[in-house]
Amino acid sequence: MEAAEAADVGSQAPPRRETIYRHTGAVRLTHWVNVVCLLVLLMSGLQIFNAHPALYLGSTSTFDDPVFAMRPMTHGGEMMGITTLFGWNFDTTGVFGLAIAPDGGYEIRGFPWAVTLPGFRDLALGRRWHFFFAWAFVINGLIYLIYSLASGHIARDLAPRARELKAIGSSIREHLRLKFPEGEEAKRYNVLQKLAYLFVALLLLPLMLATGLAMSPGMDAGFPFLLDIFGGRQSARTIHFIAASGIVLFVVVHLVMVLISGVWNNLRSMITGRYVIKLPEGQS
Amino acid sequence: MSAKPALNRRGFLSRGLAVAGATLLGGCEELSEQPWVRRVLDKAEILTRVTQRALIPPAALAREYGEADISTEFKANGSTNPDDAAYVAQAAKGFADWKLKVDGLVEQPLELSLTDLRAMPSRTQITRHDCVEGWSCIGKWTGVPLRLLLDKARLKPSARYIVFYCADDLGETGTDNGKYYESIGLTDAFHPQTILAYAMNGAALPIPHGAPLRLRVERQLGYKMPKYVMRIEAVEEIATIRGGHGGFWEDLGYEWYGGI
Repeated sequence: MEAAEAADVGSQAPPRRETIYRHTGAVRLTHWVNVVCLLVLLMSGLQIFNAHPALYLGSTSTFDDPVFAMRPMTHGGEMMGITTLFGWNFDTTGVFGLAIAPDGGYEIRGFPWAVTLPGFRDLALGRRWHFFFAWAFVINGLIYLIYSLASGHIARDLAPRARELKAIGSSIREHLRLKFPEGEEAKRYNVLQKLAYLFVALLLLPLMLATGLAMSPGMDAGFPFLLDIFGGRQSARTIHFIAASGIVLFVVVHLVMVLISGVWNNLRSMITGRYVIKLPEGQS
Repeated sequence: MSAKPALNRRGFLSRGLAVAGATLLGGCEELSEQPWVRRVLDKAEILTRVTQRALIPPAALAREYGEADISTEFKANGSTNPDDAAYVAQAAKGFADWKLKVDGLVEQPLELSLTDLRAMPSRTQITRHDCVEGWSCIGKWTGVPLRLLLDKARLKPSARYIVFYCADDLGETGTDNGKYYESIGLTDAFHPQTILAYAMNGAALPIPHGAPLRLRVERQLGYKMPKYVMRIEAVEEIATIRGGHGGFWEDLGYEWYGGI
């Protein structure tokens, strides 16, 4: 493998490289299962959202005053898709509220067909996809957490050291200049990565599950604190949506980082486990 | 070929990713139409039902709210004004000679008027109604606990489900097959908050909300609480009724267990 990589670079002064085993089998497997789960959960979640594309705070729906909504509205005799956020209206015709249909015409719906599962409007089927993959997500997440705690993955690879936290300012500056660690430093996650992964794995994803369960009338009867911690069922639904948006934002940043910090090296490390590190001259 | 193994690996990776992406995005649509996919996806309902039944104590009550929490606008969904001729005639007379039938696997079939039902012990509860679409409203419901009716009719030991037949033709088929119906298991049927409500927010139940009688099953979603209930039947199996899935929406793909 190292020989093959060196051949790519050419003959003149090849930098020294070292291949390390970066991701264990359990991390790689749970990562990709999670990718499939989150994609299906997001798309089927948007299908479910479309059944009533409005969000509220508190226990109930104040239909006239949603905090967020995607609706058709008639303006000057013309139908428009309007997205409302805290009373502010935005014209999103063609995308949200009044979306372009597969046949090119307009249809009244929150999110357009291209990002929902299934693409056609079917709440029942959206729920079937959502709950099946919610179970897969929970089981996969439990396997990851048990493995990560037992093997020391969290303590060893993800928990930031005090020294790293103190140097967070320079890490942010380096990231903004798209400069990534090399050599020994590249063998572990940098502090921003650690914090981002911990935030998503230990906070955002569990929050998705908890707010999802808080929407269940059955779970609310057995575990009423679910309603109290999120401020009511409609608040829980709103937080579910915000947390999902947070995951989408994380995935976008994550993918950009993967792309600009060596896409094949990163991808290979998450498939075969092997990650190639460039060693500066004189380092071994 | 052997000179550029890295490129081959990359080619393999990108082809793999492209295939995976296309399968996931385009294929989910087609997959959704496959009967075997539906069967696999449907299995999650069993897991959810069994888990929730194990975690939630059978007698655990849904939260009850205060008068101040009652929604000023309680959305009326599905049928809001049934056009069934017999129903329209009953409604015109204020349901004065309307009667609820209770039959099936019972020792003592019943026929009860609204006056009979109002004379029975009642329960009033201010609860949250969660629609499968995602919205919630809070309302105050007064009615007869279903368990009192079932005790009066005396269930036979073989009875496992309680089925509710309604007056509204939500399927708009013009036949009984399009009419709304629902079914619940005995755990929910005997739950203290499971009532047949004849009053809402202190007044007679309005037609948009299911007059003369609607079921309240507070630990499940709105579609499990049929409006315009005309007849209650105790049965051993739901598979032989109508579409075989235990309810109007269930026959269209929704879960029979509506606890989530």
